[in-house]
Amino acid sequence: MLQITGVSRRFGDVTALADVSLEIRQGEFFALLGPSGCGKTTLLRILAGFESPDSGAVTLDGEDLLGRPAHRRPVNLMFQSYALFPHMTVAKNVAYGLEREKLPKAEVRSRVAEVLEKVGLTSMAGRRPQQLSGGQRQRVALARAIVKRPRLLLLDEPLSALDKKVRAEMQLELKRLQHEVGITFVVVTHDQEEAMSLADRIAVFSAGQVEQVDAPVALYERPRTPFVAGFVGANNLFSGRACSVGLAADGLGVLPGSSDLPDGTPALLAVRPERLRLDGGQNGEGVLKGEVADVSFYGGVSHVSVTVPGRAEPVLAATQGATPIRAGARVSLSWAAGDGVLVPQ
Amino acid sequence: MRRPRLLYVPFWATYLFLYAPIAVLVFMSFNSGDSPYSFEGFSLKWYGELAGNAEIRHGLVNTLVVALGSTILATVLGTLLAVGMARHSRSKLLDAVSVLPAVLPDLVLAIGLLVFYGMIKMTLGLHSVLLAHTVFGMAFVAAVVRTRLTHADTSLEEASRDLGAGPVTTFLRITLPQLTPGIAAGALLAFTLSVDEFVIAFFTAAPTEPTLPIVIYSMVRFGVTPEINALATLLLAVSFTVVIVAQRMTRLTESLS
Ligand SMILES: Nc1ncnc2c1ncn2[C@@H]1O[C@H](COP(=O)(O)OP(=O)(O)O)[C@@H](O)[C@H]1O
Ligand SMILES: [Mg+2]
Repeated sequence: MLQITGVSRRFGDVTALADVSLEIRQGEFFALLGPSGCGKTTLLRILAGFESPDSGAVTLDGEDLLGRPAHRRPVNLMFQSYALFPHMTVAKNVAYGLEREKLPKAEVRSRVAEVLEKVGLTSMAGRRPQQLSGGQRQRVALARAIVKRPRLLLLDEPLSALDKKVRAEMQLELKRLQHEVGITFVVVTHDQEEAMSLADRIAVFSAGQVEQVDAPVALYERPRTPFVAGFVGANNLFSGRACSVGLAADGLGVLPGSSDLPDGTPALLAVRPERLRLDGGQNGEGVLKGEVADVSFYGGVSHVSVTVPGRAEPVLAATQGATPIRAGARVSLSWAAGDGVLVPQ
Repeated sequence: MRRPRLLYVPFWATYLFLYAPIAVLVFMSFNSGDSPYSFEGFSLKWYGELAGNAEIRHGLVNTLVVALGSTILATVLGTLLAVGMARHSRSKLLDAVSVLPAVLPDLVLAIGLLVFYGMIKMTLGLHSVLLAHTVFGMAFVAAVVRTRLTHADTSLEEASRDLGAGPVTTFLRITLPQLTPGIAAGALLAFTLSVDEFVIAFFTAAPTEPTLPIVIYSMVRFGVTPEINALATLLLAVSFTVVIVAQRMTRLTESLS
C-alpha cells in the first residue's frame, strides 16, 4: 500500500534518514521504533508533506505522494503536541477537516457526532482544548484525524504526553479504534513496550537507518542486528565468534546458541533474562558460574544480577515471583541452545 | 514587619510629578474666568466655546480621518509584514529594518517623507499625512504582531494544512485568530500615536488641512486659553478610554485563545 524507497534526508551534517526503504500493508498497524533523534518524526513529516526528502520515492497505492502538497494528500498526521486549535471548540476542531472538503453541513454534523461518540467525548463537544485533560486532548486529536477517513493515519508519539496509567488505557483504545475504522496506522514511538503491544509489525530505526522490520514476537525472539538485540527488551549480550554449537565467547568459552552463521563470523550471542536458568550451589551443571551481586523484587518477577568472572557487566536473570537466592550466593547459569540467538556483528 | 512610611515618599513624589500638571489642566478647564492660571468659579463654558470653534472642529475631523485611515492601512500592512518576516524570511537585517520607522526620530522621517513626496511630485493634503502616519504605524503593528508570531505554534498551521486547508484558508482561519490580540494591540497603538502626532503632520500636511495638534499649536502660540484646557481634557478622556478598552479587549481575546 505505502511504498517508501530509498528515502534520505540530511540537515546540515546531521543525517536524519539514510536510504530508508519500507513497505506498509493495507489495514496494518505499523510502528516505527527507535531512540530519540533517530529520524522517526522526519519520516512522518515527509509522508505528511511538511518535509521533502533529498532523494528517494514514496508511493501510496502506486501513486506518487511526494509531488502533492500536504493539503492534497489522503494522509493525516496526529501531531506529537496534538496541535489542537485553541480558539475552536472540540466539535469545531473535529469538523475543521470535513468543512475543508466542502461536505454538506448535515453530513459534517453527523460525522463529527459519530466520531466523538467513538472516542467517548460526546459530552465535551462544546469545550475548548485547554479545558480538557491530557488524555481527552489526545482523543480529540485522534478524532480530528480519523474523521477525515484518510487512507493512512500517521501518529507521532501519540501517547508520550500521558501519564502511565492513562497511557495503558489509551493503548488499548488505539488498538480497538484502528480495528474498528480499518485505517492503516503508522505510529512512531521510542517506547519498545508500546510498539510491541500496539503494532502488527515494527520497524526498528537507529541513526536514520532501518535495522529490522518484523512482527513483535519475531523481533523479540530473533533480533538480527546488535542494535535490535540491545534495544528491544532486556538482553544479555556476549561477544565472540560463531561456532558449530553456538558462540566461542571472548574469555568465557563456548556458549550454547543456534544460528546458521558460518563458523568464525564475529557475532553477538543474545540470551533473554527470563530464558536463563539459575541454580544454587556448586553442582557444576551450568554454562556459566558466578556470584549473585544483587536481587531486586518487582512483584511478578525478580531480577537477579550475577557477576561472572571474565565478564565486565553482570549477567541478568529473571525468575517468576520471589526467589530464595540472596546476594553473595554462588550460582550457576544455563540455557537451552535454542534460547541463545546469534547476531552477526 | 511594617515598612517605614518614609519609603513611600519617593513613590508619591513621582506620582505627584507625573499627574499634577494633568490634574491642574483638567481642573482649570472648568474655570469660568478667562485666565488659564487663576480659578474663578466652576463652569462648562469653555466646552461650549470649543464646540462652537470651527477651526478646532475641522482639525478634529482631519485628525480622525488620518488616524482611522492610517490605522486601517497600518494594521493590514503591518500584519502582513510581520507574517512574511516570521514565516518566509531568514534575513536578520530585513527584520531589523522593518521596525526602523518606529524608532527613527520623527524629524528624520518627516523630512524624508517631504523630500520623497516632492520627488514623486505628490501634492500635500490630508492623504500625505495619512500615508506618513501609515509608515510608522505599520512598523509598530509589525513589531507587536511579530512578538506574538514568534510565540505562536507553527504546528497549528501544519495541522490545518494536514486537514486539507490551503495556505489562504490556513492563514485566515488559524494564523489570524491566533494573532488577534497582537493585531488589536498594534492597531490601538497606531491609532493613539497618530491622534497626537505633531512633527510629521506639521511637515506633510497642506496648510489648508491642519490636524488637531497643528491647530492647537497655532492657537497656543498666542497664549494658552481655558479652551485649550477643555480640549486637552477631552483628549485625555478619549485616550484613557482607548487604553482601558485595549486592556479589556486583549484580556478578552487572550482568555478566548
Ligand atoms: N528542521 C530541522 N533542522 C535541523 N535538524 C533537524 C530538523 N529536523 C530534524 N532535525 C535533526 O534530525 C535528526 C532526527 O530528528 P527527528 O526526526 O525529529 O528524530 P525523532 O523523531 O526520531 O526523535 C535529529 O538529529 C534532529 O536534530
Ligand atoms: Mg520525534
